[in-house]
Amino acid sequence: MEKIYLAIPLAPLFGALVAGLFGRQIGRAGAHWVTILGVGISFVLSLVVFKHMVIDGAEPFNGSVYTWLVSDGVRFEIGFLVDRLTTLMLLVVSFVSLMVHIYTIGYMHEDPGYQRFFSYIALFTFSMLMLVMSNNFLQLFFGWEAVGLVSYLLIGFWYKRPSAIYANLKAFLVNRVGDFGFLLGIAAIYMAFNSMDYMTVFAAAPSHAGETIEVIPGVEWQLMSVICILLFIGAMGKSAQVPLHVWLPDSMEGPTPISALIHAATMVTAGIFMVARMSPLFELSVTALSVVLVIGAITALFMGFLGVVQNDIKRVVAYSTLSQLGYMTVALGASAYAAGIFHLMTHAFFKALLFLAAGSVIIAMHHDQDIRNMGGLKKYMPITYWTSLIGSLALIGFPGFAGFFSKDAIIEATHASQIPGSTFAYIAVLSSVFVTALYSFRMFFLVFHGKERMDEHTREHLHETPPVVTVPLIMLAIPSVLAGYVIGPVLFGDYFGGAIHVDHARDVLAHLGEHFTGAGGFILHGITGLPFILAMAGLATAWYIYIKNPDIATTVRRRFKGIYQVLVNKYYADDFNEAVFAGGARGVGQLLWKIGDVLIIDGLIVNGSARVVGWVASVVRHVQSGYLYHYAFSMIIGLLLLLSWFMVYQNGS
Amino acid sequence: MIDTPILSLLIWLPIAGGMALLVMDSLGTPDIRPTALVVSIITFLFSILIYTGFDTSTAAMQFSEQVRWIDAFNVNYHLGVDGISMPLIILTTFTTVLVVLAGWQVIREKTAQYMASFLIMEGLMNGVFASLDAVLFYVFWEAMLIPMFLIIGIWGGPRRVYATIKFFLYTFFGSVFMLVALIYMYYQSGSFSILDYHALPLGMTEQILIFIAFLLAFAVKVPMWPVHTWLPDAHVEAPTGGSVILAAIMLKIGGYGFLRFSLPITPDASHSLDWLIILMSLVAVVYIGFVALVQEDMKKLIAYSSIAHMGFVTLGIFLVFSLIDNTGSTQGASLGIEGGMVQMISHGFISGALFLCVGVLYDRMHSRQISDYGGVVNTMPVFAAFMVLFAMANSGLPGTSGFVGEFMVILASFKANLWYAVLAATTLILGAAYSLWMVKRVIFGEVVNEGVRGLEDINRREFVILGSLAAAVLLFGIWPAPLVEVMHASVNNLVAHVTESKLPVAQALLTGH
Repeated sequence: MEKIYLAIPLAPLFGALVAGLFGRQIGRAGAHWVTILGVGISFVLSLVVFKHMVIDGAEPFNGSVYTWLVSDGVRFEIGFLVDRLTTLMLLVVSFVSLMVHIYTIGYMHEDPGYQRFFSYIALFTFSMLMLVMSNNFLQLFFGWEAVGLVSYLLIGFWYKRPSAIYANLKAFLVNRVGDFGFLLGIAAIYMAFNSMDYMTVFAAAPSHAGETIEVIPGVEWQLMSVICILLFIGAMGKSAQVPLHVWLPDSMEGPTPISALIHAATMVTAGIFMVARMSPLFELSVTALSVVLVIGAITALFMGFLGVVQNDIKRVVAYSTLSQLGYMTVALGASAYAAGIFHLMTHAFFKALLFLAAGSVIIAMHHDQDIRNMGGLKKYMPITYWTSLIGSLALIGFPGFAGFFSKDAIIEATHASQIPGSTFAYIAVLSSVFVTALYSFRMFFLVFHGKERMDEHTREHLHETPPVVTVPLIMLAIPSVLAGYVIGPVLFGDYFGGAIHVDHARDVLAHLGEHFTGAGGFILHGITGLPFILAMAGLATAWYIYIKNPDIATTVRRRFKGIYQVLVNKYYADDFNEAVFAGGARGVGQLLWKIGDVLIIDGLIVNGSARVVGWVASVVRHVQSGYLYHYAFSMIIGLLLLLSWFMVYQNGS
Repeated sequence: MIDTPILSLLIWLPIAGGMALLVMDSLGTPDIRPTALVVSIITFLFSILIYTGFDTSTAAMQFSEQVRWIDAFNVNYHLGVDGISMPLIILTTFTTVLVVLAGWQVIREKTAQYMASFLIMEGLMNGVFASLDAVLFYVFWEAMLIPMFLIIGIWGGPRRVYATIKFFLYTFFGSVFMLVALIYMYYQSGSFSILDYHALPLGMTEQILIFIAFLLAFAVKVPMWPVHTWLPDAHVEAPTGGSVILAAIMLKIGGYGFLRFSLPITPDASHSLDWLIILMSLVAVVYIGFVALVQEDMKKLIAYSSIAHMGFVTLGIFLVFSLIDNTGSTQGASLGIEGGMVQMISHGFISGALFLCVGVLYDRMHSRQISDYGGVVNTMPVFAAFMVLFAMANSGLPGTSGFVGEFMVILASFKANLWYAVLAATTLILGAAYSLWMVKRVIFGEVVNEGVRGLEDINRREFVILGSLAAAVLLFGIWPAPLVEVMHASVNNLVAHVTESKLPVAQALLTGH
């Protein structure tokens, strides 16, 4: 099995290297074959691992690959931890990645950077697999930053576009703010445990539960809270939680396949995965869990609002991703880690589907992404239409679809949670159900139904996209419906086993499990529940406003102009960051440079002392007049001074 | 081992080679470049022997050579390396090969003198790292300035006179105090042996004064804030090769000095003044990070980024005492020191590579202004790939060597004091901001002007240079163990040494050390 574990990340890496370094030699087809083969091998081997771990019930694997370095007796290693959590992530990552690889053949087939693109996405797959397979914090950080790197390269893939190279720099820097916290969290772990190894740290964590750390003199904080909050700052960056969410909508500047793979299905869920992996640590700090819960709830609700006013098809989906990531975070905060991971999985399928479907629409529309120019696409693009419908129903949590199971579980878990902030979180995730249905079906109706608003030229060329695009849509639509039915074992059975640790007192899922009677019962319970009513209300509102009575949208916009302005400007978060952080940093830099370096150090001290030397020299020069009597005179004066000093000194002592 | 005086070879072979170039040139040899390249490669190959033959289990000096030199003052020609100096020597020989290659087509005037200066400087720098006698060390230390002075003064830019004088006075100012300290210790110990100084008991006042003397010398070299302003000027005026050697090797001599002199000779003064070094280091990381952000000249930007990165070196080296004070153990001290040393080696690769990248652009466009560029990736895709890689390494991306040292130092500093780590970790944001913002403006975007449109991608020679640096950056990022292993014995020994007070017993009781 060890060889299989090793081959899972290395196969895509090999593909990436070949496509990246020898892209010119192997040509376009060579590049997509070698990377698809690599990712395909990963997927097949992930299935093998799944069988081994889950069906055969093997013990988790925890082993080192090589020693990165040893210092001070602490080993920093590269190694794998393969348990059931990892297995699930392996399947999700390799499957979605494979679909996206295939889809890319169609989406990028005219792009001059074809080989480069395949190299990047295969490299991304490698990085993400290393991240989820890690057995230690060092490698976690490696994978963490490596996916950030590839995300940077892919957002800026069309490097001639000013908006793309602005967005990729922004994404990298905002993520770095998160990583700043994350790295400090890892440093705190090193301080407390002298180890980077998950198992060592988890085993020792309970004995450190009561320890405190002096943050500023006189202020003691719980060590575990500090560690967990620092780690969570990292998750906020990668999983785009408020206020570090600002990079994700802009990341839509990248090509659509990577919006699906990286900025929806996998990379952005790294933070969710990480917190779930660290459950033995987070369970030791209710404070940290509360922070997680509240941040997640804010993201879930307030990012959803923004989805309602977007007109770019990809940005609507992007804000929906933000909101759904908020749901996952809420689940983590409520100690329902399994529900968070479950939603991560279902979301990966239906959100990748929605993005790829959006991409399919974008292809048909000749790269026009404005939904105001669409409408009535249903009859031209039946496969895209039906798969989009499945994706949208899954997203809004329509009973029976994948998203329903995971989202309802999160809402119920939040309801059952007792930690500070849980009431707010419950209201937020509940309200967000309405908002989700509203923006999802607003987009759905504007794109596929109603008047055909595109220009003549575009309309004439409208047709369904080729199979290389539609087959991945169908392949993703299947789990978007079915993935939810594993709810029993994943949430209420013991699927995760020891991989996720929950403190007994906060085990809300176990509490829900007492009433769980199978997927059918869950659906029946769901149909009578408040979330379903809210989702239907949202759907109906969208239908009424955008199909039945389109004029009402304009009226509402005019009536609530203030709110609309705030939403369109994304709560002014970008403007604030641009002015305060970007502008502030440049200002501080100019100040320190011009005042500190140029004026004070160079101007006053360095060149100043040079001037003093010059001045002294010019004064001293007068002494060397060349007249003998001047010298003789000064010698005599000097002698007298010396003598008198001796006299005084002698007398004094 | 004693049979082949390999360290002497590493010092005198390039110096003799440099002299030979000058002679050949005056005899009218048309092209001396192949000779220069061969000499630098042979020296590099020889230097590999001190890695392969290195015994990692001992902290003692290896490959030692000792010959009496000036009997009257007990001065010896004493050489030897340990895990602290050995990697720096190999870095020197490696970098010199690249610098010779980098000047291949670019330096058209006085080529022989140019190449000779670099070879001679290589020998002198190896001498600095290998000397175990203070007089010998000081001779190499000062002599090393002369070729660099010439390189900037002759092949430099328009303001080279200001830059050379600033460079010379700054560094000379520092080293004079060091000389006084060395002579004082000679009178105390009757020896110029650096190893004898390590064992020499010294009172607190003496230690403080000696520490400050060393600090003046080494802080200027590193350079530490606030004595750093010579570096951007020197870099801007220096030819590419000069910048590379300056950044990759010369700055390291300051860090090396702290490890070889300040810490082991004045441990108690280091203990009482470590706050000063840590403060200066953290200011370097944060303050200089902001300053680098707003630079408009690429070389200045990289120069400032060098200062910020060197802040990690001095921070890592001086963490040991706050670790002891805060945690009661030295756990983490070796991590910090080794992190600082890895940072020195890594910074040698990365800053060298970045200066070479700027050189590649400068050779084509004769401008270093960021605003003169834009969209270089369109015409130079291979070059752009290298530049992005090195910029990422400069922002400490895991998988590149730039990450290793910073990671180790941040981990160690968190143990010493949470706030050290918080301030040091700002480099994650600042380093990425100034490096990648430069990349955005220079590399990405549409072609901005005709000059950029006419650019030709790197040739095979430039590919070899940047490619070998990229290989080094990636190798030590993915697997730093071979580099760190050779340091363990020496660093552990150093940590054990500095924790023992050198004060006379009565004074130790009084001051509580």
